[in-house]
Amino acid sequence: MSLDFGPAVALSCRECGTRYPLGPSFACSECFGPLEAAYEFGTVTRASIEAGPANIWRYRSLLPVPVDVATKPNMNPGWTKLVKAGNLGKALGIRSLHVKDDSGNPTHSFKDRVVAIAVEAARNFGFHTLSCSSTGNLAGAVTAAAARAGLDACVFIPAGLEQAKIAMARVFGGRLVGIEGTYDEVNRFCSELIGDPMGDKWGFVNVNLRPYYAEGSKTLAYEIAEQLGWKLPEQIIIPVASGSQLTKIDKGFKELIELGLVEDGPYKIYGAQALGCSPVSTAYKAGHDVVQPVKPDTIAKSLAIGNPADGPYVLDIARRTGGSVEDVTDPEIVAAIKLLASTEGIFAETAGGVTVGVLKKLVETGQLDPELETVVLNTGDGLKTLDAIVDDAQPTAVIRPSLDAFRATV
Amino acid sequence: MSVSVRIPTILRTYTGGNAEVSGEGATLRDVLGKLDSDYPGIGARILDESGKIRRFVNVYVGEEDVRFAQGLDTPAPEGTQISIIPAVAGG
Repeated sequence: MSLDFGPAVALSCRECGTRYPLGPSFACSECFGPLEAAYEFGTVTRASIEAGPANIWRYRSLLPVPVDVATKPNMNPGWTKLVKAGNLGKALGIRSLHVKDDSGNPTHSFKDRVVAIAVEAARNFGFHTLSCSSTGNLAGAVTAAAARAGLDACVFIPAGLEQAKIAMARVFGGRLVGIEGTYDEVNRFCSELIGDPMGDKWGFVNVNLRPYYAEGSKTLAYEIAEQLGWKLPEQIIIPVASGSQLTKIDKGFKELIELGLVEDGPYKIYGAQALGCSPVSTAYKAGHDVVQPVKPDTIAKSLAIGNPADGPYVLDIARRTGGSVEDVTDPEIVAAIKLLASTEGIFAETAGGVTVGVLKKLVETGQLDPELETVVLNTGDGLKTLDAIVDDAQPTAVIRPSLDAFRATV
Repeated sequence: MSVSVRIPTILRTYTGGNAEVSGEGATLRDVLGKLDSDYPGIGARILDESGKIRRFVNVYVGEEDVRFAQGLDTPAPEGTQISIIPAVAGG
């Protein structure tokens, strides 16, 4: 089998540094630490990136993908809008604020970024089926990408997900299996399936393809920096589910500095969780460097991972950069969704309510400097989590079609 | 007491490729101790130098993540299934 992963040359354990050849493996056999792609970058310039397509493949020379990736059937996600959020900034008292709005991806969440990389890994390894354990958004991203790439799909979700996420995962074909349990139990199931003959030749995007998949989140860092005019934001608020996205955004910023594509400067990374599933913020506040798992209970189902694999790295990064990890209640999440919508015209899913709610709390508690360049992530589309706001989003009035009736409502 | 232990792919080099082996012990700690004497070296892959479960491995006794139970002191009743699983990204 001839593998082509572009600039990626090996897998390397994030814990102990042991190196392995590129393959469909995800955990270090020495210490169980997560494996990640290790690179030998060639010459990468701002000009070479800017000449690329208006999607994540403009960064292909920084990703574990073949050089001709843009010619293959793929969802081509990314290059989503970085919205200058003057109204929200004014409402919160922040001088310069942007929203990175990833609801603009093909299946309306940031997951298209990571799945696009996993698809190329699945092709490389000759897998015929694309699979995942999902809190919802990932399932839809996987079934859509499999349809586009001509692969079979079989995805696993907790049975109690939002209807819109179930429909979104099912409409693209393939098999959708609801597991009676939490996301963490779905994860455990998939980990066992992977060692079983039933899972042979399957690419589980967030399990055996994780070292490739996870790299897709670096593109958020690259895009934000490029869209700010090749500058790092000084503060960034990122949702924390497994912690992978936050960890890889930090990796992306560090690579941009090392490659000389942006000026080196301090940036603070803040993690955002829902109080009903806040194992990482709890550990942060308690000063711990390990994360005690919890059983999730929150409307932010896309963040409802009680046993976050990359939680320890989130703690390390928040502390190293001078940020923090904070949480908000479900009512605060709903209020933040409405605040973002009414100030900027962006309808976020509950995870976006978590980041905006945490942003507000960080300002109010003095943890965030309102004078610094700040970016907040919205990672998904509010249409997928309508249940969260439907009670608060009814018609202002229902009237007969007469001017008098309308006048009476004013 | 006799239990069964599910072995993740990356540790099957120790168990001659077996995905499931039998174990013995009153608590998880005892079971892992016996496992290491049956398959020398496997214990150090699951526990760190100070004897704690490594931070990127999940161990289940029956359906329960042992970090919700009593950790290494979690009882291992006769016939129970113990699973050792690497942590997985989300979601």
